Amino acid sequence: MEHKIQIACRTTALSELRNFLNQTLLPSKLDENELNQVTLAVEEVCANLIIHSHQCNEKDQILLAVRQESDRLTFEITDKGKAFNLLDYEVPDLKKVISEKRKGGLGIILVKKIMDEIEFESHRGMNTCRLIKLFRS
Amino acid sequence: MLSISILEESPHHILKVKGEIDASNSVQLDESIRDLEEKGAKSILVDGSELEYISSAGLGVFMSYLEEFQDKGIHLKIFSLSPKVFEVFRILGLDQLISIVSTKEEALQES
Repeated sequence: MEHKIQIACRTTALSELRNFLNQTLLPSKLDENELNQVTLAVEEVCANLIIHSHQCNEKDQILLAVRQESDRLTFEITDKGKAFNLLDYEVPDLKKVISEKRKGGLGIILVKKIMDEIEFESHRGMNTCRLIKLFRS
Repeated sequence: MLSISILEESPHHILKVKGEIDASNSVQLDESIRDLEEKGAKSILVDGSELEYISSAGLGVFMSYLEEFQDKGIHLKIFSLSPKVFEVFRILGLDQLISIVSTKEEALQES
């Protein structure tokens, strides 16, 4: 079963994204805590794209597709434009984040800690970031 | 939706955050903390009992004050977080860096 949503590149669309994920994932095997965490990880990737790749240009769009299978959840986030490959991004040291007062970087740490697999591909200007959460048996 | 209210219970300032903090509104949290600091607050206690969600944008705000508050002797504490919101702080290891307690009574006592 696949569910899709398209959101405009503005930060106020993030709550729309959360509502969609909450509704879509409610019948899944996730408990409240896990549901909150996967929602957060997907939001962090989208927030990065909205702010850094698209500079909050509301005319740009991000597409999210959620697929539920017996052993996993797959979140496919697609956008057009400058590629932001999460996997190329070195996870910053938390102490460095504090001393340099950088507000970015925390989101990437969260995504990497919450998701089981992260894939990225860029083809003809279309970028796809795939986040996979395995169900614990 | 995020709403922030401030209550003075001398010598503390209770900053109550209600709703969800994300990249669209984390600046509100930043401004509220900055305002308190500028007013000379020495103990800021964040009431998280009605905080339903926080993303890295909100966590980053708390982190950005850690060093400065330590240098200035300003206490920042968070209390009454729900288990799922606390878990987000824990994933990042922020529970080791920020003082997080279970109840308001504990927050008041320890200050």
